[in-house]
Amino acid sequence: MADVESPTPRLLAMRGIGKNFPGVAALAGVDLAVRAGEIHALLGENGAGKSTLIKVLTGVYAPDTGEIHLAGARIQPASPRDAERLGISTVYQEVNLIPSLSVAENIGLGRQPGRLGFLNWPALRRRARAALARLEIDLDVDTELGALPLALQQMVAIARALDLQAKLLVLDEPTASLDEREVEELFKVMRQLRAGGLGIVFVTHFLDQVYAVSDRLTILRNGELVGEFLTAHLGRLELVGKMLGREVRDEEGHRAEGRVGMATGAMMESTAPLLEARQLGRRGAVHPLDLTLRGGEVTGLAGLLGSGRTETARLLFGLDQADGEEIRVRGARVKINSPRAAVRQGLAFCSEDRKMEGILPNLTVRENIILALQAKRGAWRTLARAEQEKLCAHYIQALRIKTRSAETPIKNLSGGNQQKALLARWLATQPEIIILDEPTRGIDIGAKEEIEQLIAKLRADGVAVLFISSEIEEVVRNCTRIVVLRERRKVAELAGDEIELRRLLHEMAGATPAHE
Amino acid sequence: MKWLAPPLRMSEPRHRVWWKSPAVWPLAGLMLLALVNLKFNQEFFSLSFQDGHWVGAVVDIFKNGSTCLILALGMTLVIATGGIDLSVGSVMAIVAAVAAARLARGDALPVVLAEGLAVGLLCGLANGLLVSWAKVQPIVATLVLMVSGRGIAQLITGGFQVRIDSADFNFFGNGFIGGVPVAPVVATALFLAAWLWLRRSATGLFIEAAGDNETASRFAGLATGRIKCLVYAVSGMGAAVAGMLAASSIKNANPLHDGLNLELDAIFAVVLGGTALSGGRFNLLGTYLGALMLQTLTETMYYDHVPSAVAPVPKAVLIILVCLLQSETTRRWLGGLRRRVVA
Repeated sequence: MADVESPTPRLLAMRGIGKNFPGVAALAGVDLAVRAGEIHALLGENGAGKSTLIKVLTGVYAPDTGEIHLAGARIQPASPRDAERLGISTVYQEVNLIPSLSVAENIGLGRQPGRLGFLNWPALRRRARAALARLEIDLDVDTELGALPLALQQMVAIARALDLQAKLLVLDEPTASLDEREVEELFKVMRQLRAGGLGIVFVTHFLDQVYAVSDRLTILRNGELVGEFLTAHLGRLELVGKMLGREVRDEEGHRAEGRVGMATGAMMESTAPLLEARQLGRRGAVHPLDLTLRGGEVTGLAGLLGSGRTETARLLFGLDQADGEEIRVRGARVKINSPRAAVRQGLAFCSEDRKMEGILPNLTVRENIILALQAKRGAWRTLARAEQEKLCAHYIQALRIKTRSAETPIKNLSGGNQQKALLARWLATQPEIIILDEPTRGIDIGAKEEIEQLIAKLRADGVAVLFISSEIEEVVRNCTRIVVLRERRKVAELAGDEIELRRLLHEMAGATPAHE
Repeated sequence: MKWLAPPLRMSEPRHRVWWKSPAVWPLAGLMLLALVNLKFNQEFFSLSFQDGHWVGAVVDIFKNGSTCLILALGMTLVIATGGIDLSVGSVMAIVAAVAAARLARGDALPVVLAEGLAVGLLCGLANGLLVSWAKVQPIVATLVLMVSGRGIAQLITGGFQVRIDSADFNFFGNGFIGGVPVAPVVATALFLAAWLWLRRSATGLFIEAAGDNETASRFAGLATGRIKCLVYAVSGMGAAVAGMLAASSIKNANPLHDGLNLELDAIFAVVLGGTALSGGRFNLLGTYLGALMLQTLTETMYYDHVPSAVAPVPKAVLIILVCLLQSETTRRWLGGLRRRVVA
């Protein structure tokens, strides 16, 4: 990259960092260079390797290859504490302080002044005050932390991080739970620290924030370095293209294999909608939007991480309560206020969080598969054991679920096979509307293809599919209609010929033509 | 929808072996106790037929263990959802007090039984709603009734013990059916009924699912709140039956003493039976054997003239032994030890 070279000396240089986990290379040959007095954004979609890189930097993981230099000296942080001692301080997404302790105690936690187990309280308070003063924050250090608003708690976390002789501050998605005004506050502090000569690594997935505050940025994708850029020189569209691994110049790449959209373009308007949602939204999660799902159609929900895709699905399935929405299923107005109600309306929802929201780890594959169907039937209309086994045998064969038997606990299966078993759980309920949230995440290529084939089959069977994926090619390939979300708002709906990569990228990035 | 309709296919072989069942551990404990008695106290096994019914230590075990059996039945389900019910002992006292007071007033026996059950159900529902609706932690939610329950029972009896003179009512705790005490027959019948209900309907699966991963169960369309409410209600009803049996056998309702500390025995029985406190899978047969094992231990010490003040110590030792045997870590450690010794 031409614009990488700069006269400012490098504060942090990570070179050729590689890290392997059993079966996956989480990082391969990644560089990260941060100069003193610079805010450096670290960008990438899910699985890009951002958090692994941060963990290598802060001593949680030891890298398999590569070197880390801080202020000219090679370092090998062995633990987060060690990293702190070396001058690398980290503030995590979730404020991990102790709410029931005072501000001063939280700042001094684990490095209390004093001796023989006795605390030197005046010194503790003095240090806390000094740390806050550095951020120009006026706060009573005896206040209980939990009583403060989240943004201030975040500031306390930063103050705590800077209490030591920090040279580099790592902010890992610090804005995820803040509102706009609070984000501004945080930016003010960040700019101030930058002026003081601190290097800041800023992990976020809000593009507006990247442009608002960062000087330079590094993009990762699939554990590899895409490149380092000056923020001012990189347009939004280019940025998103690089994050998703699609070059904007790639003209022929549009509508990769767009048969799906073409073939069904004509019939779309003729099918009656299976599900219509009007003004579906929830304060703080997603702005009210309209959504129509038709039988035989795959509707994609596209958007960058944090754009409100999963939130929308959760509202639709009754997992969160929407404010003042109107939902019609097959034309009839219904109230969906729990997953149970949704299932009874013929909906199915395959969650992106397989472990927490999907599998019942200690129950068998059979029990996991029949659960939703049995729940739909109620406790008394029991599926006979023979019927259960028939059903499981069918899906184990049809979806090629690799398991020793239907009576194996599902936790013993690989991720892809667990995912297929969960799909089987929902297919067994014969849903008319199925929501697939990242159904291909974390599973191997072969399983991915099988799931895409399955989606095509469902469409042919007249099922309405709502498909959520961060793999943009997947969305373009499989969907007949795409609803684009950006910053928790519906910004566009593409159908038929409009479905092409370039157009989709445009909408996702929110790039105006002037930006290019 | 051709894709969704499954064609016929042969079912798979099941991979289940009896010795992998968690019920093996309390069974092993029972065997161990039997061996101890065989060595030191063979009188323990004598069984005779007197006055038209069986007499012997084994009969005593079943008779005296039946309250714990019934409590442990409800407790198994509560623990399977990842909860705990500390209030059962106090609910026993409340129900005993209600039954005694109603009998003294001259209510008919079926009415009294129904009233007792209704009070138990109410107590259970109160616990269930606190846990499922108000999201209070089970240990706290049921502690409330555990502590206040004895006060409520005293309120009902006016602070006194109440004697029970109804011969019909006292039959449950003292009578015999075909030479066998009534109480264990009731307890065993309840276990069989519960087993049929839980395993023939999908209720057992729903309880296990909710205990294994509550969030995922909710995602799959289960009404997890209702399931939780249900298990506490069942536990409350079990406590009601146990309370009436206990009062009937001593022909007396004692608000301060009925069911005292029995919640702990019930929890022990469940844990011995291989149902993990973390929730998920439950095993009714294991619970049944676990409760029997606890009672066998008590009777053994009684027959061997261990002073009652010392009795809790061997009990604790045996419990910890069985729990250690169940623990994955100790088993791995023992396995490693054996390999090292062999090598």
